[in-house]
Amino acid sequence: MDFRLTEDQRALRRGVRDLLDGRFDREALRAAVDSGGALDRDLWRELGAAGFFALRVPEEEGGVGLGLPEAVLVFEEAGRVLLPGPLVATHLAAGTVPGAAEGDVVVTAVAEGLVPWLDEADVVLGDASGAVPVRSVDPLTPLHRVPGDGGATGRDGGAAGPASGPADALGEAVLLTAAEQVGSAGRTTDMAVSHARGREQFGQAIGGFQAIKHLCAGMLVRTELARAAVRAASLTVDPVEIAGAKLLADEAATANARDCLQVHGGMGFTWEADVHLHLKRAWVRAELRLPAARAEEAVAAGL
Amino acid sequence: MDLGCTDEEEEFRARLKTWLTRELPGLPPRPDPLDWPARRAYDCGWQRRLYDAGYADVHWDASPTQRLIFLEETELAGAPYVGANFVGLLHAGPTIAAEGTDGQRARWLPPVLRGDEVWCQGFSEPGAGSDLASLRTRAERDGDAYVVSGQKIWTSHAEVADWCELLVRTDPGAPKHRGITWLAMPMDTPGVTVRPLRTLAGSTEFAEVFLDEVRVPVENRVGEENDGWRVTMVTLSFERGTAFVGEVVACRRLLGELARTARKNGTWDDPVLRRRLGRLSAEFRALWRIVQANVSEAQATGGVPGAGGSVFKLHYSHARQELYEAAAAVLGPDALDLGRDWNLDRLSSLSYTIAAGTSQIQRNIVAERILGLPKGR
Repeated sequence: MDFRLTEDQRALRRGVRDLLDGRFDREALRAAVDSGGALDRDLWRELGAAGFFALRVPEEEGGVGLGLPEAVLVFEEAGRVLLPGPLVATHLAAGTVPGAAEGDVVVTAVAEGLVPWLDEADVVLGDASGAVPVRSVDPLTPLHRVPGDGGATGRDGGAAGPASGPADALGEAVLLTAAEQVGSAGRTTDMAVSHARGREQFGQAIGGFQAIKHLCAGMLVRTELARAAVRAASLTVDPVEIAGAKLLADEAATANARDCLQVHGGMGFTWEADVHLHLKRAWVRAELRLPAARAEEAVAAGL
Repeated sequence: MDLGCTDEEEEFRARLKTWLTRELPGLPPRPDPLDWPARRAYDCGWQRRLYDAGYADVHWDASPTQRLIFLEETELAGAPYVGANFVGLLHAGPTIAAEGTDGQRARWLPPVLRGDEVWCQGFSEPGAGSDLASLRTRAERDGDAYVVSGQKIWTSHAEVADWCELLVRTDPGAPKHRGITWLAMPMDTPGVTVRPLRTLAGSTEFAEVFLDEVRVPVENRVGEENDGWRVTMVTLSFERGTAFVGEVVACRRLLGELARTARKNGTWDDPVLRRRLGRLSAEFRALWRIVQANVSEAQATGGVPGAGGSVFKLHYSHARQELYEAAAAVLGPDALDLGRDWNLDRLSSLSYTIAAGTSQIQRNIVAERILGLPKGR
């Protein structure tokens, strides 16, 4: 047993981080916000060229040939920088929807009665007929609402009980979304710590006050708990473990963004600070794939 | 990332399981929890069986993964826990193994492994709890002995211990971390008085120990004079790192029992309670993964567990208290009956966010040592 990342996995993570730091830095993030939710097709193709979508397509089919544990690391990095777009749906469509793997085609999917990025997508999986636009809480995730039940899957997950056998594409979508949440939770922890070290009040860095320190420590604990759960689930591919990982990752992302906002004080409440972008995206990811109530039911059913 | 075990580790597991299946039915009945001499005899008897089977030093010599497997399988099989041997096997023993002389290791370690001698821990004082380094029990050199006077508190197993790992102040003039020395004190030395303390659970888990001019031979000192703080830190990080592995397994089993009880008594139909149990189950599954991550790290670095243990303990102690609150919700009015399972454990669990470093101290450790926030108030 060795739960640590392998040398290759560390290199992969480093490579993705470097790529995203270069191609989607803070300036690009704010430009994307200002653009009002248009998808950057050049960036999408660059992600495709880097293997972001073809990561798990077998090598003989032109993919990178890696597995779910590697995909989880890559999506953690995407969540860290708030990379926009229907990343999970396009990644999962690579190999089946032509052009998805290369980043030429943008694929979205109906999930929980919502469709993200409907106007920008080339292919929509699921029935989006009659979808109406929503004033999305997240400036970087345009949303449509599908009328009626709208493809909400397994609403009564508790009664259905946990699926047996390895997770299907739905489970993978849940897990990759959870990985993005972990990345965001780690990033807001870093942001809070960095602010707490630099900001001075009462003649000292506020990070020296236990009231602030303990908030930050709690953020790290939530992140580590969720990260361990997500990585383990990527290895076991057990549906109950995936549901548990999503639950903890949602909690880590949303609660950490709120604590990060609190540590930033008044600045945290401004549009200018990035904190709100993490919180809003975390809310979207929490709702879009296996929301908390059903995740809890799914784990309970495994008892 | 790999959660699988090597062939060698699986063989270790299989051999252990076979042994447990054979050995456990022959154990004597569990003693009355209030009868300390009987508990000591029971715990030491179990340790002797481990010794005879070659598992006695699993906490020290086995690889971290083997230790994890040992703790997992013994808990799953319902085997006894270390009990009265906790300090000897998990605190004093590892300290002596790491910092003692050859002679000290030869004198003190074999009796711990055989279950012949029990140790207790004399660290905390009425005025030195979270701020342990401010301890004031004095030790003055007099020829070949230290003369020790002062008071210790929260000393588990003091009533039945043979030895005490004792922290004393040898240089009151030095900065507080630099004037402390680690001594091994025989509990039957004249001047040692033990007064049991009753916990809110009604039992005498620990005691106050009064020391009145107790003569401890200088040869019982582990490490240099005034270097006791460093020597001690080895044990404390050990405690936070692996001491709770078996308990996570136990908590997961308890969750299963809770779900069964809830399905029987109808409380499972309450979605709020059901979801609460689901959330706890997710947390304990994740805690187990954190244990595996910490063990992997320890295995790779060969070092003792570090601040990662604080991350674990912070969430574990909280989650375990929540687990017993959920158990009380499942039991309803029966939660008030101390004759029912889980209710005494609910009371005991109230110490988890205090013992072995309060949650507040753990958060300071995480914030300062992992996140790099400044020391301060």
